This record gives sequence, structure tokens and C-alpha cells, in this order.
Amino acid sequence: MTEVLAGRARQVTRSGSATPDIDCDRQSVAGSVSQRACTFCGSRVVLYPIADAVHLVHGPIGCAVYTWDVRGALSSGPELHRLSFSTDLRERHVVFGGERQLEDSLMELIGKHHPKAAFVYGTCIVGVIGDDVPAICKKVSAKTGIPCIPVQSEGFQGSKRQGYDAACEALMALIGTGDTAGIPQHSVNILGDFNLAGEIWIIRDYLKRMGVEVVAQLTGDGRVDDIRRAHGAGLNLVQCSGSTTKLAMQMQEKYGIPFKRVSFFGLDDMAGALYAIAEHFKDPQILARTRELVAEEIAKTLPVVSQCRQDLEGKRAAIYVGGSFKAISLVKALRLIGMKTVLVGSQTGTKEDYAYLSDLCDPGTIIVDDSNPAELSSFLSEGKADLFIGGVKERPLAYKLGVAFCDHNHERKLPLEGFVGMANFAREVHGSVCSPVWQFAPRHAISKLSEEV
Amino acid sequence: MSTDQARAPLADQDKTPARQRAKVATTNACRMCMPLGACLAYTGFEGVVPFLHGSQGCSTYIRRYLISHFAEPMDIASSSVGESATIFGGESNLRTGVANVTRVYKPFMIGIASTCLTETIGEDVAAMITRLKDPVEGMTAKTGVDTPELVFAHTPSYSGTHADGYHAAVREVVRSLAEPGETGSDVNLFPGICSAADLRHLKELVSAYGLGCNLMPDYSERLDGVTVARYEKLPAGGTTADQVRAAGHAKASITLGGLVTPGVQLAGELLHETFQVPHHMLAMPIGIRLTDMFTELLGQLSGRPMPEWLVKERGRLVDAYIDGHKYAMDRKAIVFGDEDLVTGLASFCAEIGITPVLIATGGRSGHLAREIGRLNPELDGKVEVLDDGDFEEITARANELRPDIMIGHSKGYTTARDLGIPLVRVGLPIHDRVGGQRVKHLGYRGTQELFDRVINALIAARQDESPIGYAYM
Repeated sequence: MTEVLAGRARQVTRSGSATPDIDCDRQSVAGSVSQRACTFCGSRVVLYPIADAVHLVHGPIGCAVYTWDVRGALSSGPELHRLSFSTDLRERHVVFGGERQLEDSLMELIGKHHPKAAFVYGTCIVGVIGDDVPAICKKVSAKTGIPCIPVQSEGFQGSKRQGYDAACEALMALIGTGDTAGIPQHSVNILGDFNLAGEIWIIRDYLKRMGVEVVAQLTGDGRVDDIRRAHGAGLNLVQCSGSTTKLAMQMQEKYGIPFKRVSFFGLDDMAGALYAIAEHFKDPQILARTRELVAEEIAKTLPVVSQCRQDLEGKRAAIYVGGSFKAISLVKALRLIGMKTVLVGSQTGTKEDYAYLSDLCDPGTIIVDDSNPAELSSFLSEGKADLFIGGVKERPLAYKLGVAFCDHNHERKLPLEGFVGMANFAREVHGSVCSPVWQFAPRHAISKLSEEV
Repeated sequence: MSTDQARAPLADQDKTPARQRAKVATTNACRMCMPLGACLAYTGFEGVVPFLHGSQGCSTYIRRYLISHFAEPMDIASSSVGESATIFGGESNLRTGVANVTRVYKPFMIGIASTCLTETIGEDVAAMITRLKDPVEGMTAKTGVDTPELVFAHTPSYSGTHADGYHAAVREVVRSLAEPGETGSDVNLFPGICSAADLRHLKELVSAYGLGCNLMPDYSERLDGVTVARYEKLPAGGTTADQVRAAGHAKASITLGGLVTPGVQLAGELLHETFQVPHHMLAMPIGIRLTDMFTELLGQLSGRPMPEWLVKERGRLVDAYIDGHKYAMDRKAIVFGDEDLVTGLASFCAEIGITPVLIATGGRSGHLAREIGRLNPELDGKVEVLDDGDFEEITARANELRPDIMIGHSKGYTTARDLGIPLVRVGLPIHDRVGGQRVKHLGYRGTQELFDRVINALIAARQDESPIGYAYM
């Protein structure tokens, strides 16, 4: 059995167990080597894809370095978001304050790059040294006419979740400042999709074929001017629910825009999302076009899925991702290719999602919140996983143990959303699980030996 | 920098308090933060778990950055300082963290490094460690878990670069363990930031002269390990505690590179000061001239001649230089990255006939240009040195200098791509190719690999640009 630190005991459970209730949304246990990042990371993740804004990290250099162009969030136009801007605070700023450095940096960058807006991310020490970031932002906005928006993302505030909230607050500062003239009734905003590997373009294409217009993308391939008029849309689609549900709720409250939680991963959830949109607009034509689209796309995808399934039937998968809502879609998508989930966990999941996962998964599936390498590696061995789905930090755990891997994180270069994404996912999983290299991994060599004995 | 300044003597090019950068914000930095360097260094000591006293994000970001280079698990613990700890102090977080790491990893030592946050709120980690070790109030008394060795390095990102953090961590491990004793025949070797393959080669070189080698740190196993059947939370490998203890009475210390922000003391300097171990500082052995300095020193320390296989390795490198020199002549390169690495690369370029027209770094020792001038007087007046620089500046200079090739880490890719020239990937990080941990840079052997890659990249560029499609170059 896997050893779990006493302080984390209630963050691990098994589906079908007497106490499926899980403890989550709490500060990481010190010394646990959590896979989580910080508040700054949460804000940076949500706002980063806005391509025509300057994203200025106010702090010493590290925070800006580690978030420089590491995600596959694509833009169809400007690419300012791919640059890493930092006030690069030095000792003298820590002693005497960094406000002047921030103001000068903002003025310099706005002069050089002519952005539509500037986001200023506070890092750990900014609050501590007492810089008044909102005041500087206000001053520079007044001088330049460019909205400068403070993002209160000091890392120590908590996990990514608090950073999501700070980002949503920053977005709310922009929303409602644009002209909504000409926006049709059948229109949506896409929230919490970051256009990784061009995924939002796939979704936009579906919506176009259905006859639904997209007003603003928050924030994949996002533009400041679109976001400013997002309050004119008829419906908010919330894809990454962990990061942007709060924004949807705020927009509902302030502008009366209803929202739907959707997932674009897997055939079931993708089709379900499109039908939910069609039903929302209560337009028989949209519904008819949606039916046609879903039938056409599924017909294209299923052959790939069934082909991959032949080799994957009965294989075992482990999932550890950022948010728990996505994990639900992954469990379903894995089922579609014949795979059983033996471990599912996330960095910042919610009680409701974990409860749903507990019902969804086969009895005995390990469910874990805010895990770490020691636990995950042990869970992988215990569950005899053939595949691990996660991000960069999970990959070496899988490989070290001779387990196949599928990157489902923000660095991915392969679109996994939409029907085509399901086909990509099936191929990706198949390619890794069925690779001949595993025959050399000691884990397999040992099991082979024991079979022979 | 105007063309006039480009011809300025190297001795006048270092950034001084009087000669600061011309801009305010940093765009696409050419350095990493101090805690990253500390974590990397700690990982090179056997049984040591790196531990950052700060917010959770620092350790996670650094893990991801290093994992992407080394393709190995990289566990860095965090005290996960939150809002209340920021206000009331993080001591209980540190204590809980140390206890938990001890339970899970059973380390010999926990290598603690500070972060911007905990330095700024004034955490006195040294005092906390003393209290952790207290027989009545300490961790063992309270939890029943034996307290491992605890070391601490100050590494606030605003004070320096990853190279400074690396050297600070090495120094603190040495300070905590090194012991006096009868002078032995071992040599302390402080390699600086290099690849796992480099570390293996350095050990081989020193032992080829019959010398024992305390290589500090040595992450060649932990960050370039084998696939296993059962996961090791704390993988084997690294400089042993006994080796670090023996460093206090070694025959000599050799530091390769060691260009650090003023005020950062090197482990070799500390050993000299405390135990009078003679300290030799050499440039990173890249290229024949700089490697000769290293092998000559090994010869002096051992009293042995260069072993035959190494003589041949050197000879083959000379042969290769001659075979390839026509592809190098009149070519211009930009070399960028860590100060120690670019010092070696500049010298290597110079000796094969490539002019390193721009030598750029995010480091700020303030000595880089003078060091390059000292090692390569022939470059004086021909090259520009950019310290405390970023990729916005490097790209701007590159557009004017029109180099034929860039040599540096993977963050230079965009610049090279825009210029339409090859990038030969060296140093840290290499995030867009496999094998960053296996790239060889040091010694005749590393130089051989580097030379082949550089020359082949130049040949390939010429071949690809040619409308003819020569298959015979």
C-alpha cells in the first residue's frame, strides 16, 4: 500500500469505499512536494493567451523566466503574449520599493509594443515591499490611454485557484467597456479554453457550422477588444470550469448572461456540449445542423477509435491533471478506447467533481487530491498502470517506471479537444502504450521472468 | 551599442555601476533565478533533498524547468508558505516541511534555500535550524523522527542568478561537512553548471591522472539515471558525505569557471580560507587551450604525464580542427548563456577561426569581458560582450551583427529562427531537443563533439542554402 502523509490522509480515497468523501481545496502540506504551483501561476495561466496585451510580471526574474513561451496557446494574429516581460527587481528595489521601476517599465513597454492593454502581475514580494500596483496602473493608464490592469497574484496567497479568481477579477475590469452593437442573439463567449495547439479554432468551426457566433474567447487566441464587449453575448460556455466558473457567475450576476459548464474532450462530452448549446438557443435549425455535424464528425472519428481500441482493450490508465472536471472527460474517453482508470487525481479539484468521479470509476479506483511524486509513483505501481496522463512533472515518473505517457497539459502541441481531438488522443495513447520500447523496461522484463518461472 | 563601442577594448566593456543597461524592463531573460541553481546543486549530493523555504510555486516552477531539460524526476520540497505564514512567519511551515520530507524521503541531508518571499519578510532560517536541532524543543524530541543534516543557503532571486545560487548551495554543503585532516591525494573539483555527461567525463579525466576526485556537486546519476522497476524516491548517486568531509583536507581545489555576482563566496575559496586547501581557478575547459590548462594542472598535481589515450584524444581533436577549419574561417558566432560557459565557448570559437562577435549573458559578475580579454587577447577590439543582458538585446545586436551561427541554450531558438541561422544547443536549458543531460562540452572529448556539431551546422546551412543540392561538401 502507498504511504500517505498523516496530514494528507483525507485527500486520498477509493471509489466504492465506505468513505468516498475527499478533503480538497486546502493549502498544500509543507514538505509534501506538491505538484501544484501558486497563485501567480493560476493568474498567468488564465490571462496568458490574450495575444495583444503586454503581460508584465512585477517581481524578481524567476517568475517571468519560468512562464516564458512554455504553453501551446496559439494566436491567429499578434503574439505579444509569447514575450516574457519582467520588472526584474533587484536588491535596491526591494529596499527602496519597486514602484518607479514598475512605472518606467510599463511606459517603456507600452511605447515599444503598442499593446491594447497591459496586465501587471504581482509576485510574492510585491505585497511585502508595499508597492501600490493599482495606483501605478491607474497613473500609467491615464498617461497612455492604455488600460493597465493590476492582477493581485502574489504567489503565497494560495494555490492556482486563488490565482484564477484574481485573473477573473482582472478580466471583469475589461468586460463591459466595449460596444456590443451588432452582436446577434445566438452568440457565445468561450471561457476557460486557452487555444492549446489551436483547439479553440476547432470549436469555433463547430459553432460556425451550427450557426452560433463567438463574441469573445477567454482567453485562447483572445483579444482585448473582444473581451471588452463580451457582455453582449447570449451565453457563456465554461470549458475549464476550475478557472473561469467564477467569471461566468460574475457575468451572470452583472450582465444577466447565463452559462453552461461544458467539456470539449471525448466524444460524449463534446457532442453533449454542442447539443446543450443548441438546446439553449431553442432554434430548430441550429439543432438540426448540430445533429448533422455530430453525426458527420463521429462517423469520421469512430474508425480511428475502434482501431486503437483493439490493442488497448483492458489496459490500465492513471490520470493526474490540473483540474478535476477535465478528469471526468478523460475517464470517459479512456473507456471509449477500452481502458480502465486505476488512478484519477488533480491538483485543484472540487468536492463535487471528486464525488462524480467516485461514482463514475470502477470500484477501487484511487482518487487523490493534491498528490506528489512519492504517492503517484507508488499508485502507478500499485495500480499496474500501463499509461499515465498528466503534464511535464508527471512524465518522468511514468517513464522512470516504464509506463506510457500522454501529455494533457498546457504544453501539448497536439489538439485533444473536439471530435478530431478524440482521434488524436486515441492515436497518441495507442502510440505510446504500444511502443516496442517498453520491452526493455525492467518492470516488464521482471514480469516476463516471473511468468517464465 | 554603436559600432564604435563594438571596438572598445574588452577591459572597458563590463557593466559597472557607472555603465548600466540602457533600458528598464527585462524582455526574455537570459538567466534563471538563484533558487533554481541551489536546487540543481543540492541534487548533486548523495541523499540530499532540495527544499525551498517559500511559496509553493517556486519549487514547482523550478521542478518543471529542470525536468524539461534533464528528463528525470526532480523532487524539490517546499515549505508552502501561505498568507498567514507570510504575516506571522514561516517557522512552523519549515518545521512541518522538514519533518514530512524526513518521513517520506529519509534523507541524509535536507538542502534548504530561501526564496524572494522568505528573504524579504526577514526569515532567520539559520536560527530556525538551530531550534529544529534542539534536543528538548527540536524535531526529534517532538516527533520521534531523527533529524537529518540541515544546511541553508541564502538565495533570493533579486540578489543574483542561478549560477550564484548554485555556488552558494555547494559552498554551504561544504561548509557544513568539510573536516580538517591529514592532507590526502584527492583533488576537490568544483565543475560549475554542466551536463551529466560532462560530470562523468571530468571524473574520468581526474582519475586518469591517478588522483582521487571529490566532484562537488555530481548529479550525473540522479539527473541522468536508468529506468527502474521500483521507484526510488531519493535516487542513488551524488557526491558522498565522506567525499565532502575529505574536501577539508584535499591536496587542492579546482574551480572551473566561478564567475559570480560580487559578494558570492565560492566553496573553493571557503576551503582555502578555513583549511588552507590550495585553490586553483581555471576557465571551463572548452577548446584545446583551456583544456590544456586543466590537464596541465592535473599533471602538476599528480606528477604524472598525460595518459596515452588522452594524448590521442587531444591529437584527434587537433586533426579534426584542421580537417574542418575551412568551414569555420571568416564565420561569425553569437555565444550566449551562463558566464562560465560563454567564456569557454568564446575561447573555443576563437581558436577554430570563428569570431564570437557577441558574447552575451544574463550574469552580472562584472568581470566577463576582462576574463575573455585575459584568455583571448586576440579577440580584443573584435567582439562585444553583453552582460546582464536579455534576448531583446541579443536579438537587436544579432540583427546588426548578422552572425552565421548561434551557440547557446534553447531559449535562443526564436532569435536564430528569425535570423535564419543554425542554433547549436549547449548548456542549460535545452527544452526543445532530447538529450540535454548528455550534451558534452568539456575536455578534448566534449570539444570534439562541440566542434563536429558546430561545423556540421555550418555545412548544413550552406548546403541547405545552395540551389544546387550538393551531396558532396
